[in-house]
Amino acid sequence: MAGLVLLVAILVVGVLAPVISPQNPYDLAQLDVMDSKLAPGEKSPDGRTYWLGTDDQGRDMLSGIFYGLRISLGVGIASTVFALAIGLVFGLVAAYFGGWVDTLVMRIVDIQLSFPAILIALVLLAVLGQGVDKIVVALVTVQWAYYARTVRSSALVERQKEYIEAARVLALGQARVVFRHLLPNCLPPLIVVATVQVAHAIALEATLSFLGLGLPITEPSLGLLISNGFQYMLSGKYWISFYPGLALLLTIMAINLVADQLRDILNPRLRK
Amino acid sequence: MLAYAIRRFGQSFFVLVLMSFLVFVGVYAIGNPVELLVNPQADDAERIRATAALGLDKAFLEQYWVFLKGAASGDLGRSFVYNVPALSLILDKLPATIELAFVAMVIAIALGIPLGLVAGLKPDSILGRGIMAGSILGFSLPTFWVGLVLIMVFSVQLGWLPSNGRGETVTVAGVPLSFLTADGLLHLAMPAVNLALFKLSLLIRLTRAGTREAVLQDYVKFARAKGLTQGRVIGVHVLKNILIPIVTVIGLELGSVIAFAIVTESIFAWPGTGKLLIDSINQLDRPVIVAYLLVIVTLFIFINFVVDVLYSMLDPRVRLGGAASH
Repeated sequence: MAGLVLLVAILVVGVLAPVISPQNPYDLAQLDVMDSKLAPGEKSPDGRTYWLGTDDQGRDMLSGIFYGLRISLGVGIASTVFALAIGLVFGLVAAYFGGWVDTLVMRIVDIQLSFPAILIALVLLAVLGQGVDKIVVALVTVQWAYYARTVRSSALVERQKEYIEAARVLALGQARVVFRHLLPNCLPPLIVVATVQVAHAIALEATLSFLGLGLPITEPSLGLLISNGFQYMLSGKYWISFYPGLALLLTIMAINLVADQLRDILNPRLRK
Repeated sequence: MLAYAIRRFGQSFFVLVLMSFLVFVGVYAIGNPVELLVNPQADDAERIRATAALGLDKAFLEQYWVFLKGAASGDLGRSFVYNVPALSLILDKLPATIELAFVAMVIAIALGIPLGLVAGLKPDSILGRGIMAGSILGFSLPTFWVGLVLIMVFSVQLGWLPSNGRGETVTVAGVPLSFLTADGLLHLAMPAVNLALFKLSLLIRLTRAGTREAVLQDYVKFARAKGLTQGRVIGVHVLKNILIPIVTVIGLELGSVIAFAIVTESIFAWPGTGKLLIDSINQLDRPVIVAYLLVIVTLFIFINFVVDVLYSMLDPRVRLGGAASH
């Protein structure tokens, strides 16, 4: 329950970032270099208080985090939705048709899953360059295989059942059987996987941005804010990195907690 | 067994060639390395000369063919930036990465299995719940942020541990090692813990889940009924049966530890292959990027093979090759 409340709060902050932020951190007219690297709680000469301090360009960290959260959540959710759609289609097709289609798709999935996601994403981004669209492409590429495998395993069980046979006897089109009959019954296990994967995607995006390969400085996610503050950490100005990191941690934890609860709710063995 | 090994080798070889082609196509598309290497004031003649010297004036397929011919004789090209063979550059840095990955894995195993056992045997106690809460936290904490917090606390605030480099090394059989000197150990502590954290959480969860299932089995009840001591029931009967999935996961995660070392090495300026990869990507040092990936993938394929063989030895029910199962 606490996880759900936290997650909803984080989503609301992300969506409403432009409305609730004290300043627009990317409107240069609103920034004052005189205010750079102020500690949390310090006041600027014109009287406003920076509750989480400012970074090297005099940006309010709180506003920076709100905007960064928006980008991190957007990238995480968008990449998961696309990867889910692609994985669903390939997994269903592999399970429904079997034979060489199944072998081909699953061999690709096996090869891909034998490499760590971060390595594949890193190489892809090195090739593609920086940008929100590019990081979404990279995250979709590393994620679709999980869904394809999960969907295939539940679809293999479902296709043996009588309702699929009945649909076939009625001479419905194959696309209709796959997407209207098979698909809805394969969804529940996917919901949990997809929730966990949103957290993974957000963490991966932050890591890649930290390494300087994800997003450009004009669209800073939480990972980029942390990376930006890293160079000031050794001189004791911890807040530029620390608070964006805390926001990232809370986001990922909230998603993981909700995923754990979902798993329990959807697990028939734990139902009374 | 031999037939299995040969078929597996053939598949791996195919994957390697396919991957080298994809990576080659990929790095071919990134920027123009000549622009970064040649003096900005150089004239066009100088640029053309440099392009020819690096072999970049040839057609793409020809460049790939030259690379394949070299690769067949163990030559993966020369680094554009350092002008030394890319392979030797990587092999120079590999011991540092493997040392870091190995120490991290040892930390994860030495703490993860006992903690998981405790959490699995007493799931409702305060200790059990605390361990689980810790493991959820370990899953959620992004590796690189933990690294920053470690530096902030132990290097900046307390000043106990150094934040970068390998420290003093001892050369054993031509390989420099950090963990044999006091200074090296101090340098190794934070990166190794940082890298171990995620695997530690994973091992706790796995061991706990396995233990909870195992203690309900008849053979454990029987062992208790025979009057065996608690230590023997857990240490022999429970542990032996939950070890099979754990060994598999440890083996498979070894590869991902080496990949994740890229992040840890960047934070702690650990002079390993991961840092070399990031530097090479930034400097468009194509041969080093390609060589790194080939070396790492070969390492993965080798590890996966060893794990499969180990798995079949640990669990007599598993037969390699799949011939007997149909």
